[in-house]
Amino acid sequence: MTAPTLEVRDLATHFFTREGVVKAVDGVSFRVGKGEVLGLVGESGSGKTITGFSILGLVDPPGRITGGEILFQGRDLVPLPERERRKLRGSKIAMIFQDPMMTLNPVLRVDTQMTEAVLAHRDVSKARALEIARAALVKVGIPAPDERLSSYPHQFSGGMRQRVAIAIAFLNEPDLIVADEPTTALDVTIQGQILHEAQTLCRETGTAMIWITHDLAVVAGLADHICVMYAGRIVEQGPIDAVLDHPAHPYTHGLIGSVPGRNQRGRRLFQIPGMTPSLLNLPAGCAFRSRCPRADAACLEEPPIGTASHGRQVRCFHPHEAVAEAKQVLT
Amino acid sequence: MTALPQSAAASRTPADRRPLLEAKAVSKRFVKRLDLAGRIAQRLGAAVREEVVHAVDGVDLSIGAGEVVGLVGESGCGKSTFGRMVAGILPPTTGSLAFDGKPVWHDGKVGAKETTLAIQMIFQDPFASLDPRMRVEEIIGEAPRVHGVVARRDVADYVAETMIRVGLDPDFRRRYPHQFSGGQRQRIGIARALAVKPRFLVCDEAIAALDVSIQAQVINLFMDLRQDLDLTYLFISHDLSVVEHIADRVVIMYLGRVVEIAVTEDIFDAPNHPYTQALLSEVPRLDLRKRRYHPVKGEIPSPLDPPSGCHFHPRCPHATDRCRVERPALREIAAGRWSACHLND
Repeated sequence: MTAPTLEVRDLATHFFTREGVVKAVDGVSFRVGKGEVLGLVGESGSGKTITGFSILGLVDPPGRITGGEILFQGRDLVPLPERERRKLRGSKIAMIFQDPMMTLNPVLRVDTQMTEAVLAHRDVSKARALEIARAALVKVGIPAPDERLSSYPHQFSGGMRQRVAIAIAFLNEPDLIVADEPTTALDVTIQGQILHEAQTLCRETGTAMIWITHDLAVVAGLADHICVMYAGRIVEQGPIDAVLDHPAHPYTHGLIGSVPGRNQRGRRLFQIPGMTPSLLNLPAGCAFRSRCPRADAACLEEPPIGTASHGRQVRCFHPHEAVAEAKQVLT
Repeated sequence: MTALPQSAAASRTPADRRPLLEAKAVSKRFVKRLDLAGRIAQRLGAAVREEVVHAVDGVDLSIGAGEVVGLVGESGCGKSTFGRMVAGILPPTTGSLAFDGKPVWHDGKVGAKETTLAIQMIFQDPFASLDPRMRVEEIIGEAPRVHGVVARRDVADYVAETMIRVGLDPDFRRRYPHQFSGGQRQRIGIARALAVKPRFLVCDEAIAALDVSIQAQVINLFMDLRQDLDLTYLFISHDLSVVEHIADRVVIMYLGRVVEIAVTEDIFDAPNHPYTQALLSEVPRLDLRKRRYHPVKGEIPSPLDPPSGCHFHPRCPHATDRCRVERPALREIAAGRWSACHLND
């Protein structure tokens, strides 16, 4: 087996605010191989977006990567100076944001923005850059690309803008793409189109992708592996089928049970009591224990990462191994 | 199936039941008037016209007492506009809305107080729909006091009772909205709606802004309230899995028109309209892994300039010449099943 495209080891990103330290990401480890899609799932404030930002080197003060390694093709990105990081961003590693207007400049025409991204990283003529940009628009399924190249972002619909943002991300044939909730703001039929484009591009180009989302169902249809985050930590990770069919961590278990689906129509949904804790001065021990039905005295200490069946890793003292019960939730 | 509430089973034959809400040919047009320069240009013979959006275009719908009707569609399909007309917030341009036999609207003005109080709305954004300068007890207690639902001296007890009903601690009554989380704020919004003892709730994307685990809590709350208070819901959402879970019947809208109405099981098991089929095939599901998406082609057209004939024809894989010209009527194709598609002829 070749080295993974990205390997994150024990990553910690903390925010040093006046009120105290917010451990947004605290000891996160995972790997993504060539052509693989990793789903990073969590609720708001779980640290999933900050994990993505850390990989891209986009964490602003008072936030700072305080520990761990981000190995991209074997090279650690954390100690790299900003100049070196800039070279990678947009060429080898790209990001797709939830709001495409974060990628697009509203006062520049699409062709200007796209050729700029090509010329920044490649030694080609302007005419060639424009050709590359046009080809990228065709690839993501934008009709009349020539006309679209000379338009401004506000002349596009939401779905079209997100396609342009995806086209820009794929412009320089990156080896890794971090997609942060790119379809959350879109309608169902448009979301289907975007998922389709992303899936095809990854398969064709062998680009590794991290798909950050709160929607378990989207990840189920797209990803090979899944990481479930809670309060800055990955509580469970493994192959998608194993995690969704036999969730071992009580949080994953509860999350899957609370998704309305066709087999529990009209019944009460499983509900996780309480709400996500504030990450500010989080007490020691398992962060989920106040909402957990299986919590006991052991949970006052931080649970170590353990291995469970089907190649999974679980951070819990009382992982769920009763497969039959887990299946009941799903089927 | 035993877990289904009785009213869900009873609503399989909605025609037998007295409708609580009845909408007949309800339309809403928004007109962007020409400014002075535009009017002068028009007088001089330039081809400028007022822009008209047909947000809702001739919707007929009746909802039986105790029923939960899910209204589904993508952005710009007019689902929220329809909900606002039902709730007495936005007057319809043409058509009539009746609640329990009494009109919701009289010549562009809201109808009798008892009708408007009986229909309450719950909004999407729990941050924007609460006045940040009012305490929770004022937010919940203001309307019942003003409308004489409870006597002034009983307001405090009534607020506490309402808060308990939606799962809020009455000790928090002196707090302001910003001191609550998103899920709790949505509960405040629900308590405010319930405080005037409504019989009908319009929920406009009421859980869309909440996290998954909180969504489940609020969905359960809606289902409990329905049983305890005998409420009827119009549940507006773009999220098909939520609607599938909670609704007895589903109404699908596309660009201002209703394209299909059916009992929930029927619509999810065998969708009739090509748009419904496309919509359902795109819904991500937990049990579908590493699937290949086969998306519908094209964008949602602008409601400013909708396609002729059937609005869906430019994206429809089965479109014929007739679809480009003739608007398909919403017809009953089986008992309690309505669809607007020429393919059914």
